Amino acid sequence: MIRTEELLLNVGPQHPSTHGVFRIVVKLDGEIITEATPVMGYLHRGTEKLAENLNFTQIIPYTDRMDYVSAMTNNYVLCHSVEKMMGLEIPERAEFLRLIVMEMQRVASHLVWWGTYLLDIGAMSPFLYAFSDRERILQLFNELCGARLTYNYMRVGGVKWDAPDGWIDRVKTFVKDMHFRLDEYHNLVSGNEIFLSRIKGVGQYDAQTAIDYGLSGANLRSTGVQWDLRKTEPYSLYDRFEFDVPVGKNGDCYDRYLCRMEEITQSLRILDQALEQFPGEGDTMGKVPRAIRPPAGEIYVRIESPRGEIGCHIVSKGKAEPYRLKFRRPSFVNLQILPKLLVGESMTNLVTILGGIDIVLGEVDC
Amino acid sequence: MQHFWDQPLSWGTAAIFAAGAVGVLAFVLFFVTYAIYFERKVIGWMQYRKGPNRTGPLGLLQSVADVAKLLLKEDTIPKKADKGLFVLAPVLAFVPSFAVLAMIPYSMNLQFADLNVGFLYYIALSGITTIAIVVGGWASNNKYALLGGMRSAAQMISYEVPLVISVVGCVMLSGSLNLREIVESQAGYFWQWNFIPQIIGFAVFLVAAVSELNRTPFDLPEAESELVAGYHVEYSGFRFAFFMLTEYVYVYAIAALTTLLFLGGWNAPAPQLDFIPGILWFFVKFAFIVFSLFWIRATFPRLRVDQLMGLAWKVLLPLAILNIFLTAIGIELMR
Amino acid sequence: MSDDNKREEDSAAPAPAAGDTPAAPAPAAEGDAAPPKRKETDEEKAARRKAALEAREAAKAAAAQAAAQAAQTAQTAGAAGDSAEGSEPQDPPKPPSPNQPRLDRVVALLRELVAEDAVEEAYINEPNDHLPTLVVKNDRWLQAAGLFRNHAELGCNYLRNVSGVDYETHMEVVYYPLSLESRHVYCVKVKADRENASVASVTPIWETANWNEREIYDLLGIDFPGHPDLRRIMMPDDWVGHPLRKDYVPLDPEV
Repeated sequence: MIRTEELLLNVGPQHPSTHGVFRIVVKLDGEIITEATPVMGYLHRGTEKLAENLNFTQIIPYTDRMDYVSAMTNNYVLCHSVEKMMGLEIPERAEFLRLIVMEMQRVASHLVWWGTYLLDIGAMSPFLYAFSDRERILQLFNELCGARLTYNYMRVGGVKWDAPDGWIDRVKTFVKDMHFRLDEYHNLVSGNEIFLSRIKGVGQYDAQTAIDYGLSGANLRSTGVQWDLRKTEPYSLYDRFEFDVPVGKNGDCYDRYLCRMEEITQSLRILDQALEQFPGEGDTMGKVPRAIRPPAGEIYVRIESPRGEIGCHIVSKGKAEPYRLKFRRPSFVNLQILPKLLVGESMTNLVTILGGIDIVLGEVDC
Repeated sequence: MQHFWDQPLSWGTAAIFAAGAVGVLAFVLFFVTYAIYFERKVIGWMQYRKGPNRTGPLGLLQSVADVAKLLLKEDTIPKKADKGLFVLAPVLAFVPSFAVLAMIPYSMNLQFADLNVGFLYYIALSGITTIAIVVGGWASNNKYALLGGMRSAAQMISYEVPLVISVVGCVMLSGSLNLREIVESQAGYFWQWNFIPQIIGFAVFLVAAVSELNRTPFDLPEAESELVAGYHVEYSGFRFAFFMLTEYVYVYAIAALTTLLFLGGWNAPAPQLDFIPGILWFFVKFAFIVFSLFWIRATFPRLRVDQLMGLAWKVLLPLAILNIFLTAIGIELMR
Repeated sequence: MSDDNKREEDSAAPAPAAGDTPAAPAPAAEGDAAPPKRKETDEEKAARRKAALEAREAAKAAAAQAAAQAAQTAQTAGAAGDSAEGSEPQDPPKPPSPNQPRLDRVVALLRELVAEDAVEEAYINEPNDHLPTLVVKNDRWLQAAGLFRNHAELGCNYLRNVSGVDYETHMEVVYYPLSLESRHVYCVKVKADRENASVASVTPIWETANWNEREIYDLLGIDFPGHPDLRRIMMPDDWVGHPLRKDYVPLDPEV
C-alpha cells in the first residue's frame, strides 16, 4: 500500500523567480499545485503612512521606491495629481520631457520584464541583451537627473532638470537602435519552439475574469480588452501622438508576451514623434506657489504605468502634507489572480505564470 | 595498454593501471577546468560580455581559483540531512563518470580498455549516477532537492532508452559494439562517417545526450528558476565540486562518444589528410561537440517536465526505432 | 542619503510654518553641494534669499485663505476649496458640471432601486475631472454595489480602486467603480464608525476588492463582513494595531 501525501512547499521569499521577496505557499501533489497561497508584506515600508508626515515634494523620492523598475511613472502620478488638485499649468517643454522619460521608462521596464521572463523560462542570454539595452536608457536618465534607478526627477509643476545639450539627439539615436534591436529579439526568441510551447495556453483567463479581478495593463489587454489609459482617458500629451494599443486574444502568457513586446514598439513610436516635436526652448518649471498646499478636497488620478493602472488617491486638508495618500498599485491588484491561475498547474508553470503577470515587489508591498 | 589486460595481475601491472588512471584523472581535471573557463568565455562573448578576465592572464586561472575556493570552503551538512547518504551521493555520482572514460579510444592505439561492449558499458555505468542524484536529493532533506532528484531520475531513465536505441543503427552498420571497430568502419571520406547515413540516429542521439547531461534546454533537475538549484541545493564546498565535476566529466564522455559513434573518431575527413595525427582529428571534433553544448546553453530556454517526457517517449523513441528499420532496409538494399 | 538632502532642501522651498530667514539659506547652501538641486536656485540664488521672507509670507497668507475657504466648505464636500460653496446646488456663476446629469441619474436610481435613504450626499468633485461622488449609507452599500455592477445603465464592471481613510471623526472607504464600456467612473464613499468600523465586503461583487479590503482591514482596522478571507496582508499576523489610523502609536517613534 502506497501512502501519498501532499507536499507543502514554500516558494520564496528567497527564490530566484519570485522577483523579489514574494512568497507563495503551494501544496503540491507530485509536481501539480493543488493550492497556492500568496504571502506578502516582506517589503512593506509603510510608504502611505510615511507620506502623511512629509510634504509633497518629499514624497516623490518615496514613489521612486515603489515600482523601482518604473520610477518615472510613479513620479508622474504623484506630481500630476497634486497639479490637478492645485490647478497648475505645466510648461510644454516640461511636459514633453516627462512624456519622453515615461515612455523611455516603459521601454526599460518592459525590457527588464522580457529579460527576466526569459530567465525564468530558462534562457540566459536574452536577460543580458535586455539589460545592455536598458543600460543605455539608464545612462540617458543618469545624464538627465543624475540617478540610474530612483530618479526623483519630476516636481509638482514641472521637472527638476532640463535636458542637457545633445540629450535629445542621443535619445533619438537610442530609439533608432532600439527598433533594430527589437527585431533581433523577435528573431531570437519570439519564434523559438521551446519558448512557444512553454507559454502558449499557459495561465489563460478570459476577459470577464480579467475585469472581475481588476487586472490592468498587458494582463487585461491580453484578453482582448482595449483598455490603455493613454488612449481611453488621455493624460499628459498622449492625445497628440499616434500609437496603437496592442491587444491579445486568448489571454495566455503568450498573448501577454506579445502585448508587451508590441508596447515597446508603440512606445518607440511615441518617442519618435515626441522627440521630433520637442520644443526647442521653454521653462521646465511652471509657476508654482512657494508652498505646495493642495486645497482641501480629494482626488484620484490614474495613469498607465508599464504594469497597468497606477493610481494616486490624495485626501488633502489644505496642508503641505497629504492627509491620506493611497496608491493603487497595479502589481498588487494584478497579483490577486495568481492563486486562481496556479491551481492544477505544475511547478514549472508557476514560474511562467508569475513572470507573465509582471510584478514588482516594491509596488506590491508598497 | 591492451596487452596488460591479457597478463595476470601483478604489482607491476597494478601500478601501471594506477598511473594510467591518475594520468587520465589529471587530464580530465585539466579538461574540466578549461571547459568551464571556455564555457564562461564563449557564453560571455555570445552575451556581449567578456567572461572571466581577471584571475591570471586572460582569466585563465579563474576556474583554478574557483576550485580552490570550493575545496577550502567550510564543509556543511544540513542538520536534518541523512548524513551517510549525503556524503555518499557525490562520490557515487563521480566514480561512474570517471569509470566510463576507460573505454574511450582516442586514436587507433590509445585506449585504456578495449571492451567489445564499449557502448553498453557506458550506458550501464552512467545509470549509477542517476541513483546518486536521487540519493543526493533525498538525503538533503530539502523539498527542492527532492523534486530535482525525482525529475532527474525520470528524465535520465527516459532518455537512456532513445539514446541506446539511436546507436543501434551505428552498431548494425559496423557489426560491433566495440567503439574502436565502430570508428574503423567509418574510415574514408567524411560522408562515410555515421552522421550522414545515420542522420536520424545522430539527431536523436544528440538530443538525448544533451538531456542525459542535464544541460539546457533539459536542465530541469537543477532548474535554478524553479527549483533553485535542484538536487544539489544543499551541497556546498567540495561535495558540490564533485557534482560539478561529474557533470563536466559527462560532457567529456558524451562529446567523446558522439565523436566516436557519429563523427568518425580519429579519422581524417579525407584520406589525403591522414598525415595529420588521428588524435588531433579526434580532439578537433571533440572540441566542436563541446562548443555546441555551450552554444545550445546560451541559446535555448528550458522545457517543461511533461514536454520533456513527451519528447522522449513520443518523438525520440519512435524516431530511433524507425531509424533501426531504415538502417536494416538500407543494409539489405546495399548488399 | 540623497533623500536627506532632498528633504532638507525641499523643506526650504514650501515654507514650513516655523520657517525663518536664517533657517532658509542654510539648507539651501547645503543643497548647493547636493546633486539633486532645483535649477532655479542656481539661477536666482541671491534673489531667492531676498525674496524668501516675502514669498513665505505670501504663501502663508494664501494658505490661510485656502484654509478659511476650506473650512467654509462642508468638510465632506470634498470639492476644491475655490469652486464649491455647497455640495449639490451649483454655484450660480459656474455652469453646471457636464457630469451633473449622470450624478442625478445615479442618485435617482439608488433612491428608487435600493432605498430612499441610500444616498447621504452627492456632489461633483470638480478638480478630479468632474467626478460624480456619492456618499452611500453604510447598511445600504452592498445593495448599492450590486446596483452599480449589475444595472444595465451603470454597468460598472471594473472596480478601479478601493481606499480607506481615517477622518478621525469617522472611517471612510472610497470605491471607484468604472464601466469599461461607457468609460464612466464614479466615486462612492461609505462611512463607518471609528470604533468597530465595519463596511459590507464587495468581494462577492467585484473580485478585485478582495486584497484591497484585506489591506484596508490590515492598515485601518475596518472590518468587512462577508469577505471570504479577511486576514492581515501587509503586516505580520500577530501585529498589534492598525498603522494607518491616525491614533496609531508606532512601536518605535524613531522609525
